[in-house]
Amino acid sequence: MISFEPVAAPGAPLARRNPVAKLVAALVFSFILIATLDPVAPAIAIAVELAVLPLFGVRLRVLARRTWPLLVGAVGVVVTLVLFAAERSGRVLVEAGPVVVTSGVLLTALGLVLRMFAVALPGVIVFATTDPTDLADALIQNAKAPARFAIGALAAFRLVPLLGQEWQMISMARRARGVESGRNPLAKLRLFASTAFALLVGAIRRGTRLAVAMDARGFDAGTPRTVARQQRFVAADGLLIVCSAALAGAALTVSVLLGTFRPLIG
Amino acid sequence: MRDNNTTRWRTVDIVVAAVIAVAFGVIFWAWGLLWRAVDPAFAFFPAGQAIMYGVWLVPAVLGGLVIRKPGAALFCEAVAATVSALLGAEWGGVTIVQGLIQGLGAELAFAAFRYRSFRLPTALIAGALTGLGAALFDFFVWNSEYALASYRIPYALLTIVSAAAVAGAGAWALTRALATTGALDRFPAGRDRTPI
Amino acid sequence: MGAVVLRGFGWRHGGRRAWAVRGVDLRVEAGERVLLLGPSGAGKSTLLAALAGLLPEDSGEQEGTVEVDGLDPRESRDRVGIVFQDPESQLVMARSGDDVAFGLENRGIPAREIWPRVDEALARVGFPYPRDRPTAALSGGEQQRLALAGVLALRPGLLLLDEPTANLDPTGAALIRAAVAGALDADTTLILVEHRVAEALPLVDRVVVLEPGGGVRADGTPEAVFGTHGDTLAAEGVWVPGRPVPPRQATTPAGDVLVTADRLGLPPRLAAVDLAVRAGEALAVLGPNGAGKSTLALLLGGLLKPGAGRVAATTALAGTDTGTPPHRWRAPALARRIGSVFQDPEHQFVANTVYDELALGPRRTGQPEPAIRSTVDGLLSRLRLTKLAAANPYTLSGGEARRLSVATALATAPRLLVCDEPTFGQDRRTWLELVDLFAELRDAGHGLVAVTHDPEFVAALADRRLILERP
Ligand SMILES: Nc1ncnc2c1ncn2[C@@H]1O[C@H](COP(=O)(O)OP(=O)(O)OP(=O)(O)O)[C@@H](O)[C@H]1O
Ligand SMILES: Nc1ncnc2c1ncn2[C@@H]1O[C@H](COP(=O)(O)OP(=O)(O)OP(=O)(O)O)[C@@H](O)[C@H]1O
Ligand SMILES: [Mg+2]
Ligand SMILES: [Mg+2]
Repeated sequence: MISFEPVAAPGAPLARRNPVAKLVAALVFSFILIATLDPVAPAIAIAVELAVLPLFGVRLRVLARRTWPLLVGAVGVVVTLVLFAAERSGRVLVEAGPVVVTSGVLLTALGLVLRMFAVALPGVIVFATTDPTDLADALIQNAKAPARFAIGALAAFRLVPLLGQEWQMISMARRARGVESGRNPLAKLRLFASTAFALLVGAIRRGTRLAVAMDARGFDAGTPRTVARQQRFVAADGLLIVCSAALAGAALTVSVLLGTFRPLIG
Repeated sequence: MRDNNTTRWRTVDIVVAAVIAVAFGVIFWAWGLLWRAVDPAFAFFPAGQAIMYGVWLVPAVLGGLVIRKPGAALFCEAVAATVSALLGAEWGGVTIVQGLIQGLGAELAFAAFRYRSFRLPTALIAGALTGLGAALFDFFVWNSEYALASYRIPYALLTIVSAAAVAGAGAWALTRALATTGALDRFPAGRDRTPI
Repeated sequence: MGAVVLRGFGWRHGGRRAWAVRGVDLRVEAGERVLLLGPSGAGKSTLLAALAGLLPEDSGEQEGTVEVDGLDPRESRDRVGIVFQDPESQLVMARSGDDVAFGLENRGIPAREIWPRVDEALARVGFPYPRDRPTAALSGGEQQRLALAGVLALRPGLLLLDEPTANLDPTGAALIRAAVAGALDADTTLILVEHRVAEALPLVDRVVVLEPGGGVRADGTPEAVFGTHGDTLAAEGVWVPGRPVPPRQATTPAGDVLVTADRLGLPPRLAAVDLAVRAGEALAVLGPNGAGKSTLALLLGGLLKPGAGRVAATTALAGTDTGTPPHRWRAPALARRIGSVFQDPEHQFVANTVYDELALGPRRTGQPEPAIRSTVDGLLSRLRLTKLAAANPYTLSGGEARRLSVATALATAPRLLVCDEPTFGQDRRTWLELVDLFAELRDAGHGLVAVTHDPEFVAALADRRLILERP
């Protein structure tokens, strides 16, 4: 099933930081690391990420459950690189027809795979510790996002678990009426499409109704909104962003000093 | 009936745009299940990935076609990306930036027509431009180590073609189908309905 | 506050030729408590939406005028609070307290006043949980109470309630009514829509009956309205108190067993139950909200896989297919043998028009087109849906949608019919028609399982009852 609540201990010191600060910190960290293609900087970054994991109250198991699809991506990277590498330097390890695997190719693959994890993990960690309501509040109060849009999106997000149930309901309703696909993959695809369509129609209707209910409670009345839940952006939040930039920068610096740094562009 | 041609977003516009994004979040999730069930081997066929790409871009074009307000395409794709991150997608925050870049493509297409044309050609261009956004991001950020002629360029082109076909034409057809169910009655897209 | 004036008011929904309401002249003074009645489809919900300023100008056509405190309702929304029938789509936030606070934030109430008002509103409706209770974890009745709290916190001058106790068990419904009674200030105007008059009467001092064709049929104190027009109103479909409905129990003993459940359960939604359903009998399944009744219905309907125990069909129902449990049957075979009516009618709709919705089942089971036409037309006219044959199922009124969903299952005349709350939101006339349809089917040797909170329905039709407890 779809999980939609924060899965981490909410009391952990860094999990409690302002959601906007956490998000910015994660993005800064990720995008500094995107700049390199070598294996050293991402390896250091991953070590840092795993080290701060307890501070966010995220257990390793949770992280693994959320990121296992990246492993599939990693296999894809290696296969693609073996077939389509831009350059094949280093010692030839395997040669089978058009497939030439060299030590250079494997090193590049290692770099790409590590970079993929290093870039993805910060966001995964941050979102695992962020409550959607708090994120919307912080976006409005600290990032000056337009309140109507942030609250509207938040209200729609509340429908996620309902839509999951709705999917089951639609499938059952079809079955009850004698509609099914059997084993034929094409029929399966057709049934998938029609179920997805029904879900979308139902979701739009629900959204329309929800909008009416929100208007009924003065959502769009033009009165300036007040906030019931204060989100604060304090010095510690700024520090989190600075630290994240500094740590990512340090990983790159080490790589430069070791002479392994390979910039993305250039 | 009065035509709704102001650029101010009503509450329904905001909520339904967000709901479209959220619903696609759920559809993507089910699509992933189906995909794994139907054919795991396909994921290893690199070009296949590019053909599939358009599916992830549908919310951008659909949002623009249904809501018809400045910012709709961008908002839909960005919310869809944020939702998938909140649901625990493996890419975390990076998806949000990617969503913004992809949404921007469709947004530019609708803006170029000054938010007045929502016909098939516009949808195709919007689809192609989100595809371009997606392709550029991948071209530089993820695919830079791959061979240019045999991988990076075909992959990018396929992404754009898939985006135009699946996200562009697909979202256009989807809008028409949605209109016939009456779900879009509160939107101009629902009132274009011509009884045949 | 909260005085209402309607002059020649009418509204026609976009895409409809008929007016949903028309020619309504009505004055409600501040502080009055009004029960708004009328047959299903008479336009009660439409009228409430108009009073709340929630009929968008671009979605239909208006006639005459509506005023709340002398203003257009779209301008006086801040004086009006409305609770709809379906609580799920009116909760906005993920945590209960935040949801109540939502309206207060929108009205620009200073932050320090918000939480005391939230707590007060929650206390008034008897909300049993702390403020951070996730709204997704609330039962239907609790959601309904929360929605009421969200409206009461705004201290509206005019409170509009549209069937606020639909789908609640009797205890839950009594709690909501008590909450409403306790929450009204002396100068709050109340307009309540509720088909079951007897329960609503203690809350009101005036009754207004809408005429389906247009206008107001009757207006006055309950005694005056029911005293003078009681018989005609009852004949036209109003649940006039003190008029019992004729019993329709089976006259012949039940026949073969159709299906049995053996320690059937689905933890944590349903604790183990044993039951057998026979041909020619009606089994009523009762129990509080959350007892697992709907889950049981889905299990018996072959739509969910049992978590424990099993469901077994006999040869009388499944022919040679008795070896496999219903949830593993092919869908067409299932649809021929067991018909299901879902608790939420909208979950069930597959087609784009009322007619196609009804024709779908018979078409799937391969009946010839003329036979389908006569079945469908017969059902449409008995359930008063003929005029709506071309309408989209999702635009129906609450009661119309419920009847359509029941009719879809009746269309294929399956040997076993499993219905979840088949009679909610019905006026007296359509209710009687539904009971007749079920009774005919049962007397023709079909089995009927009905999950219900409706004591009249149980009294009139049920031959046996099964009471579930919360697991
Ligand atoms: N959104 C809509 N679009 C088109 N027609 C509608 C819409 N909503 C309601 N109607 C029609 O307007 C009429 C009045 O509906 P309304 O919901 O006001 O009835 P009601 O008196 O509340 O009935 P019930 O007791 O069954 O809830 C019905 O015939 C219904 O089909
Ligand atoms: N799809 C689902 N997934 C998980 N839990 C569910 C699901 N549907 C229902 N439940 C839970 O299972 C329990 C039984 O639900 P069910 O809908 O069967 O109750 P019910 O007796 O029909 O109640 P009501 O009278 O309110 O309709 C409830 O606590 C409910 O929250
Ligand atoms: Mg109604
Ligand atoms: Mg139920």
